[in-house]
Amino acid sequence: MSALTTIAAIVIISTLGGWMFRFAGQKGSQNAPYFRDMPYGVAVGYVLGAIVLLWLAKTYYLGTTLEAPASNQYFFFVKAINLFVIFALVAYVFRIFGRHVGTAGTKKLFRAMPVTAAFGVMIIIAYAVTAIFAGVIAPHGQDQVFALANVVPGGDPALGGNPDFPLGTDQIGRDILSRLIYGAQNTVGIAFATTLLAFFIGASLGFLAATLGGWVDQLLSRAVDVMMAIPSLIFALLLMTIASAWAGSEKGILTLYMVVIIAVIDSTRVFRLARAVGQSIVVMDYIEAAKLRGEGLGYLVFREILPNATAPLLAEFGLRFCFVFLTIASLSFLGVGIQPPLADWGTMVRDMSQFINFAAFAPQVAVAPLLAAGAIALLTVGVNFVVDWMLHKSSGLKE
Amino acid sequence: MGSLLRIVGQRLALGFLTLVVVSFVIFVAVNAMPGDFAQAILGQGYTEEAGDAIRKEVGLDKPYFVRYFSWLGAALQGDFGTSFAQASFTAYAGTGTGSGLGTVAAQLAPRFENTMFLATVAATIAVPVSLVLGLLAALYRNTIFDRVVNIFTLSSISSPEFFMAYILILLLAVLNPLLPSLSNIFDGMSFADRLNRTLLPALTLTLIVTAHMMRMTRAAIINLLASPYIEMARLKGISPMRVIVVHALPNALAPIINVVALNLAYLITGVVVVEVVFVYPGIGQLFVDAVKNRDIPVVQACCLIFAGAYILLNLTADVMSILSNPRLRHPK
Amino acid sequence: MIKIRDIHLEGRSDESWIPIINGIDLDLKRGEVLGLIGESGAGKSTLGLAAMGFARDGVRISKGSVEFDGIDLVNAPAAVKRGLLGKRIAYVAQSAAASFNPAHKIIDQHTEAPVQHGVMSTKESQEDGMELYERLRLPNPTEIGFRYPHQVSGGQLQRAMTAMAMSCRPDLIIFDEPTTALDVTTQIEVLASIRDIVEQFNTAAIYITHDLAVVAQMADRIKVLLKGDEVEEADTRTMLSSPKEEYTKSLWAVRSFQRPAKPAINTGATPIVSVKNVTAAYGKMPVLFDVDFDIHAGRTVAVVGESGSGKSTAARCITGLLPPINGHIEFEGEAMPLDYRRRNKDQLRQAQMIYQMADTALNPRKTIGEIIGRPVQFYMGFTGAEKRKRVDALLEQIELEPSTYFNRLPSELSGGQKQRVGIARALAAEPKFIICDEVTSALDQLVAEGILKLLADLQDNLGLSYMFITHDLATVKSISDEVVVMKDGRVVEQGPKAEMFQPPHHPYTDLLLSSVPEMDPDWLTDLLKARGVDNIGDAAVGKM
Repeated sequence: MSALTTIAAIVIISTLGGWMFRFAGQKGSQNAPYFRDMPYGVAVGYVLGAIVLLWLAKTYYLGTTLEAPASNQYFFFVKAINLFVIFALVAYVFRIFGRHVGTAGTKKLFRAMPVTAAFGVMIIIAYAVTAIFAGVIAPHGQDQVFALANVVPGGDPALGGNPDFPLGTDQIGRDILSRLIYGAQNTVGIAFATTLLAFFIGASLGFLAATLGGWVDQLLSRAVDVMMAIPSLIFALLLMTIASAWAGSEKGILTLYMVVIIAVIDSTRVFRLARAVGQSIVVMDYIEAAKLRGEGLGYLVFREILPNATAPLLAEFGLRFCFVFLTIASLSFLGVGIQPPLADWGTMVRDMSQFINFAAFAPQVAVAPLLAAGAIALLTVGVNFVVDWMLHKSSGLKE
Repeated sequence: MGSLLRIVGQRLALGFLTLVVVSFVIFVAVNAMPGDFAQAILGQGYTEEAGDAIRKEVGLDKPYFVRYFSWLGAALQGDFGTSFAQASFTAYAGTGTGSGLGTVAAQLAPRFENTMFLATVAATIAVPVSLVLGLLAALYRNTIFDRVVNIFTLSSISSPEFFMAYILILLLAVLNPLLPSLSNIFDGMSFADRLNRTLLPALTLTLIVTAHMMRMTRAAIINLLASPYIEMARLKGISPMRVIVVHALPNALAPIINVVALNLAYLITGVVVVEVVFVYPGIGQLFVDAVKNRDIPVVQACCLIFAGAYILLNLTADVMSILSNPRLRHPK
Repeated sequence: MIKIRDIHLEGRSDESWIPIINGIDLDLKRGEVLGLIGESGAGKSTLGLAAMGFARDGVRISKGSVEFDGIDLVNAPAAVKRGLLGKRIAYVAQSAAASFNPAHKIIDQHTEAPVQHGVMSTKESQEDGMELYERLRLPNPTEIGFRYPHQVSGGQLQRAMTAMAMSCRPDLIIFDEPTTALDVTTQIEVLASIRDIVEQFNTAAIYITHDLAVVAQMADRIKVLLKGDEVEEADTRTMLSSPKEEYTKSLWAVRSFQRPAKPAINTGATPIVSVKNVTAAYGKMPVLFDVDFDIHAGRTVAVVGESGSGKSTAARCITGLLPPINGHIEFEGEAMPLDYRRRNKDQLRQAQMIYQMADTALNPRKTIGEIIGRPVQFYMGFTGAEKRKRVDALLEQIELEPSTYFNRLPSELSGGQKQRVGIARALAAEPKFIICDEVTSALDQLVAEGILKLLADLQDNLGLSYMFITHDLATVKSISDEVVVMKDGRVVEQGPKAEMFQPPHHPYTDLLLSSVPEMDPDWLTDLLKARGVDNIGDAAVGKM
């Protein structure tokens, strides 16, 4: 069946099916308002959703029952579905766990939490633990080179694997699992430090601009406008060029330069937010009361404004972390970010990207680069889920 | 009408000013590098005299501001100078000719065209899809549909561009060989061929931009639907379709234009990584190569082009949303 | 015509549903006007919308029935409901400026319902609209419809919206606080227009408001709501003369609080604060012109005016937040630095301020003890047990139990309690003079009464002087000693209260005083007769 006939069939089935679904619903439920007032488009949507689910089930069934090599086609699909289900279940169990263990405060928090946010919290905790104890968890060193290069992941000797290297080794014989674990320390740690620095610069200047107003505000805001007029990745690349000229042959210091450069570029976004939040607080009557009392600038910023700005800043911290994390990953992927010998996920993807082309006949081989890229995606997805929930919660009933 | 023209004029002037300041920032940043043009060109064979001669020849002995304006003036006419890579190559080969092959402009022109083609294909797919999806998600908010779309878009925003790219390569090039995984583009290709090879990078960009654009559209529409005049329209007993078309759409125009322009601007950044993954011969790839080789004139030119496009798009968004605001169009 | 039985409405909060209305019955006959009154949060708007079979997002009708002319609105198909809305049941919203679509001309929005419901053609409806505009006494009735909403003033828009609701000659109109956002002088015109047109077309109406005096003018019957429950319902005159329930009686009694008059001021005494020929501007826009008044020890000066009259700006000049460009501020006979940043601690301490919105006046992240304790420590230098003792004494002064409230956050307090904390913070500085900026206007009437009494007691005990900024003349009557009337940045008239409430007045004072609705149901009719019907249009205000 060619693609065109498939599409035609889907269109026909969903248009007819939608009508039939609604009609059946109306008859079956004695014209309950839900079915009676259901728009036709919604009914079609239900049928389309059902078709997609059926297709997923069929493909999964094929992937698990077929023998290799026919199942190679479905290898990644089956793995993705398995992972999705496992993650969903674990997140669900994690939330139940959180509801019953811990202080009254955390229990209450978990009770109001959707599964996606629980998943995010779990991911963040898992990454944090991995990053902190990387040296203990990792079986080998991050730049330890073994004689066995290009070992296939899976640990099955029949397929070219080795139980010592469950995720295989790369082209020059470094253990991929260990490098992934150390990557958590390096990539996440550096991104976290960068975000902290960006926040320190951006938030303090932003609050200063909001509280003082006048020419200080004008000057800072215009400077930020100009910096934000250059796309951040482009600006980062430009500055990295210059930094690499300064660093010369000392590759280690380049990583430090990168932290500063990205922190400065990103602090412009933090500045904008901190200034806006600060301004909305500064107009409050309690600030006016404090000013009229004769309080100094330090008291105003740290005692009156800052405690009221923590909630929006915390959500912003999550978003900015994702952004910084992705920028660093992109720079590393392009070869100008975190420098070897530090193991880093972006660099790993670049180094192992050729493996993907083997996916059709040896799907295990292609897993390694996807794991590194997936490790990046998983953390940002987790953080974003948590931030999304925080923003939703603070916006109240608006949505 | 006069006040409207004045506001638009102010924005345009401000945009132009920003561009000038940005170009100055780029110029200063590059000039803050240790060593200079002459050292870079001569490399190992650097001597004081030879260096001075070259500096004099390209005008490096003149003061900062003079150099800035002559650089900017030339850049505005499309002359971005000579690429280091090309220049040192010709110097090394001893065949310094004025054929124009070594100029940055000659390198940029075809690549600029390719990048524009890629961005256009991506935008053509992304804009309608994300607007429709965003509208649907807003109308059926908090339903299963909305939640599924939310999870998908959030995941795709969170993923690095190269992850998306490799997933697409895996699915559409390796497991199901439908499209080529390398975008080998050259002059004289047929349009269909070219489109075929551009489709995979364009799809990658589409996936990322669609997620952003769809979420922003959804937020804008939800914001709009909560306004009292929409409730009023519903209380007048008007059909839901008419409420959307007559009451919501004219007011949604400004935010939607804004969303589209912002995301097209976002495309500019996305293009860099995607071009590298697919070895697509565009500006992004050239830029990354130049950054690695420290080919300053090329880096400068690319930066200026990227920043210019970015500013221009943001400016367009600004002006369009002013023009579509009824309060400004019909002053008191 | 409309019959609501045992209606229950619920609103969603996080994951659960919270009741808003718990089982109310409502009946309305053709041509009758029912007034729904209650404090904020009583659920009046939700009930009003439910009478149209409509629930906002996040609200649902959980039980009960709404019958309109024999049609069950709760269970009717969406299409049937749409056929009724706009055509036979219409709605007038609180904020006309937000409820008109900014993208379309007023007349196009007016004709939409009749054309869509097939009642009239576009042309017929346009002509009808102009006729309605004329009846509602809008200026330039033939032209005004062709403007965009933002080109028309608030009072006019509110009338245009009433015309829009009338466009299909509905059987029922729901008015949801249509005059709350308007100034008193504008309110009169809108009220008169609404009443006339409802009478002319014999339309039934539900009139929702929190203002008793307004509802007395508009309604035939009154229903009182409290936190989603009905308190009582009766004919307007019966309700006003002999309310049955305690709650209703207490609502009616609010305006009885009256302070005894104080003896005249000694001529020659130095005033606590005196504002001398002050002129001020925001940037280049002048907002105050040559303002001049005195506040004497132990007295309350009420500064009255509508929004934009400059009364709050005058307060900002006194506190030094907006240094005047001309004139000066004297404190006990001595000139103060104009900018607050140049005043010393003692000068800052002498003049304290209490704000209108207690929500924004208290830092939500600090406990009550910290909020009141800060000025105690800052000005008096008290710390530790001494500070705690002083805060406790202050809490007792504002009638809050110290041990209960010391560690609470502002969000755990009611509106009235928050306002009391604001008062305690001002008292903590031990000032001689306090500026009260609309301190009761955000509060429900009973609570406001309590605050006014507290302020009066504190004045008697501590000898404080107040500058009392308000737009509410009832408050002026109850608490002030002297009155300053302001309009457009100028003082129009000033003098002792007794004189101010006796004729002869300045024409603006007269307009302001006579525009304040009274509890008498005949008040509006009498007023219109006295002013002459022609006189209530915009011209009357414009002339002043």
